[in-house]
Amino acid sequence: MADRQRLVEAVRNTLLEEMARDDSVVVYGQDVGRNGGVFRATQGLLDEYPNRVYDAPVAEAGIVGLGVGLGTYGFTPVPEIEFSGFMHQAFHQLQQHVARLRSRTRGEMNCPMTIRAPYGGGIRALEHHSESFEAGYAHTPGLKVVVPSTPADAKGLLASSIRDPDPVVFFEPTRLYRAFRGEVPEGDYTVSLGEADVVQAGDDVTVVAWGAMRHRALDAAENVDASVELIDPRSIVPFDTETVLASVRKTGRCVVVHEAPKTGGMAAEITARINDRALYYLEAPVQRVTGYDVPYPLFAREDEYVPDEDRIRRGIERALSD
Amino acid sequence: MPRETAYEHSIDHVQVLSPDGSVDSELAPDLSEDDLLEMYWTMKRSRRLDERAIALQRRGELGTYAPAVGQEAAQVASAHALADEDWMVTSFRETPAYLARGTPPRMLLWYAMGMEEGSATTRESRTMPPSIPVGSQALHGAGLGWAQEIAGEDAASLVYFGDGATSEGDVYEAANLAGVFDAHTVFLCQNNHYAISVPRAQQTRAETLAQKALAAGIEGVQVDGNDALGTYAVVRDALASARDGDPVFVEALTYRRSLHTTSDDPSVYRHEEEEQEWETRDPIARFETYLRDRELLDDDRISDVEASIEDDLRGEIEAANEGREAVDAEEMFDYAFETPIPELERQRAEFRDAVSGGDGDGR
Repeated sequence: MADRQRLVEAVRNTLLEEMARDDSVVVYGQDVGRNGGVFRATQGLLDEYPNRVYDAPVAEAGIVGLGVGLGTYGFTPVPEIEFSGFMHQAFHQLQQHVARLRSRTRGEMNCPMTIRAPYGGGIRALEHHSESFEAGYAHTPGLKVVVPSTPADAKGLLASSIRDPDPVVFFEPTRLYRAFRGEVPEGDYTVSLGEADVVQAGDDVTVVAWGAMRHRALDAAENVDASVELIDPRSIVPFDTETVLASVRKTGRCVVVHEAPKTGGMAAEITARINDRALYYLEAPVQRVTGYDVPYPLFAREDEYVPDEDRIRRGIERALSD
Repeated sequence: MPRETAYEHSIDHVQVLSPDGSVDSELAPDLSEDDLLEMYWTMKRSRRLDERAIALQRRGELGTYAPAVGQEAAQVASAHALADEDWMVTSFRETPAYLARGTPPRMLLWYAMGMEEGSATTRESRTMPPSIPVGSQALHGAGLGWAQEIAGEDAASLVYFGDGATSEGDVYEAANLAGVFDAHTVFLCQNNHYAISVPRAQQTRAETLAQKALAAGIEGVQVDGNDALGTYAVVRDALASARDGDPVFVEALTYRRSLHTTSDDPSVYRHEEEEQEWETRDPIARFETYLRDRELLDDDRISDVEASIEDDLRGEIEAANEGREAVDAEEMFDYAFETPIPELERQRAEFRDAVSGGDGDGR
């Protein structure tokens, strides 16, 4: 059985289902209660679970730091950071405590938090509302980093994240919240973290893209004269390196697409992994199609900053040209 | 328009046992002789452990160590007020509090030997591992106290930090959030007068640190932190209030009589006269005078206590050294995640290859 839902609806329904399944789940954050979240991702939760849903003051470090206490005590905190651009105010709590609690105590304690945060551009928002900092979190050992791209994946990945004993940063692409409806399996449904989705099989070139970029890459692939294999990793940590390598060994060419700035971004890491273990299968240098190394611009220049279908298509053509 | 007073408040200062040994019998807590002697023993044990640890560090057997000399009453008396089901959340100078909570000295030594075995406190013990980033743990104490409120548990959380931590945003956020969420939390600020080299007067223009509670709308109180009886009484009452969902911010006035850490030289930033003045207010000496007056201690009993502490610490240091011998570096891969990450398993294989003399690229 499947139901057609928007991504934000899949998130909301999954939160409700996980709260019903596990009474240790506590949802809190700015505006998540009465207002139901600025994107409505938590609408109705407070009515259903008045003692497990809380509006929090504007305090990102506080929201994440409180989760260390809740998680240590035995709850499963699922806080929302209203926009991931403001999670930097809590980065020290993530890096110094959330990610390290298990190592610090040699497994005696853990923090099973899932921190949800809207991510990426495309909604013409204010400054700091559109960044993609997934590489920064991926660079923090002890954190898992997940980005769903479809309503079904939003459900399956969020359920897996909440059930995971390790802390997860769960980035929800704002551009996709209401962009389309997709089939969402009913009942208990999970997608394993670290299992890429081969969106479309192909023989000539491998394209790796996540979040909103997966959909743009798919559109771009339709307009190139080649057989494109599109891989959505779905989680950045753990990353399904094997699926990417197997594909690159088959196609000999690869393009990685992300919204984040180029330098030190995940595309660099993925390229390095390909160089480590599949270099001699490559027919051409791995191409990166990314945001530029500039502060995420205000929305008058946003469309030129974020990789669009045309830039992705040209990236694919570069990979095919050598 | 004349201005009217919008808000008025004052901060109480509490002292039960004065430096000359006299006691305010109205405020004195009703502690059994066993309790009093246990507190004394723990304070002495902590002082001696600090001395031994500094010596071990100077011999190169420990890494950086933060002694708590001078803060024994503030910590032991406050931790003594905890029930088993209460949580304790600490900073990095809480040797006396850990000892009062039952943590064996070997663990504190392991941590200073650079081993996570020393910070592997258990969930069951309701004792958090030390937190190095200044003030960040205040939020964990608030979170635990909030968890106790949600769970409806008749218990509280006691979180330790220093005067410097009150300059950090996290401490204010913690106090504010604790107030908003009725957290069962007691914030214990040990005002030991120095944040490494920066004196308390340069931390804030606030007259007291306890008044930092007022902006968060929670109760603030100041106590003589070198007075074990006063500290116990104030923290006992604060914990009772916190169990009812009313968090409290306690400022314990004390003095860090030794080094910030073993890498520090206080002669650069503070005067001997000040140090000598605080020596006369030493918390252990004051408590000892009180216990002698009550005829719970005399020279012979003090010698017995000191001998038993020497004996105990000898065994603990031996056990710590044995533990150090057993360090297995590969275990670092075991604890980053509970559910395995393929890339990390590859790096573990690289590590094995590197330590066995391979080229370490693990391909």
